[in-house]
Amino acid sequence: MTSIKVLGRGCANCKATQKLIEAVLAARGIEAEVEKVEDLPSIVKYGVMSTPGVVVDGKVVHAGGIPTRAQVEQWFAA
Amino acid sequence: MHMQGQTISNPTPAEPAAWRAWVAPVLFVAVWVVLYSQLQRATDAFMQLLPIAADTHLYGAVSFFVFEVPKVLLLLALIVFVVGVVQTFFSPEKTRAILAGRRQGVGNAMAASLGIVTPFCSCSAVPLFIGFLTAGVPLGVTFSFLVAAPMVNEVALALLLGMFGWKIAMLYLGLGLAVAFAAGLMIGHMNPVKLVEPWVFELPAVSHAEVRPDWAARFAQGWQHVREIVLKVAPYIIAGVGVGAWIHGYVPQDFMAHLMGKGAWWSVPLAVLIGVPMYSNAAGIIPIVQALLGKGAALGTTLAFMMAVTALSFPEFMILKKVMKPRLIALFAGVVTVGIIFVGYVFNLVM
Repeated sequence: MTSIKVLGRGCANCKATQKLIEAVLAARGIEAEVEKVEDLPSIVKYGVMSTPGVVVDGKVVHAGGIPTRAQVEQWFAA
Repeated sequence: MHMQGQTISNPTPAEPAAWRAWVAPVLFVAVWVVLYSQLQRATDAFMQLLPIAADTHLYGAVSFFVFEVPKVLLLLALIVFVVGVVQTFFSPEKTRAILAGRRQGVGNAMAASLGIVTPFCSCSAVPLFIGFLTAGVPLGVTFSFLVAAPMVNEVALALLLGMFGWKIAMLYLGLGLAVAFAAGLMIGHMNPVKLVEPWVFELPAVSHAEVRPDWAARFAQGWQHVREIVLKVAPYIIAGVGVGAWIHGYVPQDFMAHLMGKGAWWSVPLAVLIGVPMYSNAAGIIPIVQALLGKGAALGTTLAFMMAVTALSFPEFMILKKVMKPRLIALFAGVVTVGIIFVGYVFNLVM
């Protein structure tokens, strides 16, 4: 199962990002675990300097700002 | 039938001509220029429709409002779009790579300038601070960045340009950079590494590969930036211009000269001290500031006030407490406050 982590400390953009990802997953019928990471050292360990960041299967795919829907769909395209 | 089906279901994998990405932005700028150049005429036509006599206070206030709101929103939309596109060239990762290992001085100047174009939000000030330090960006250089990023930003510059013209916008830009440069240099000189929470330095420096966006993606980022910022800021602008319009129409001409004029030596520090705990974005404060200026407030005092409001904020201090000892936050706030007061005085002297 795909594991997705949204990195960010509860700002509005982080919540919007998480919602968007969940919406795309639901629309495509993909089962995945979406987790919110708010703990600072953990966020920094991924090397993300601007939140929200998104990690898919341990790889940082996005940092800073809300991603576009097209971007999100690309992460799960494979 | 068969052929048609194939062309539809199997388009060449997304390679639209590169020039297509430019169509919408070019149209946007063209329409923008037309709208902006016709604004005064449209306002005059609109005001003639209203049953208000041309020499009343009410007329002054309403025409100020009707002209300023669309003007400021137009300027904001254009500048925010351009900055949104420019920012795709300057990610925090790239900025960090440029600044890593720089010496004091050159590093501070670069950090302050990069603070203008690197996307920054006070909610990610901490990860950014840690990311910079672990990658070997000196403490003082990091502070120059932290001071410049929120203070000299696109919204502030767009509004200053719209309401006061390019000279004052440039002065604000230059002085903002100067404060960020000097504050970072001074903090770097003291090098208060001990006042940073020690766990910060134990973190490994991590960087991840970045994808290079094409123009279509850059412009998309620009539009998104406009949506995010203009929508968020518009209510403040309307409220701010409203207050500004009232002051413009009803407050007597030299009213502010006593309170915020050049004559009162204490006006600069007072304006800064009032400004520090105020947490507002540039959008809410500038329209009011403009009206104050029109009523005799001194320029240096007013700009110092604005810098204090935007550069220093309590919510950001609270976030920074995670990685800095309170003494370091106090030092940071103190140095920047003194810098802003100094700038205010110099400005009042020169202008």
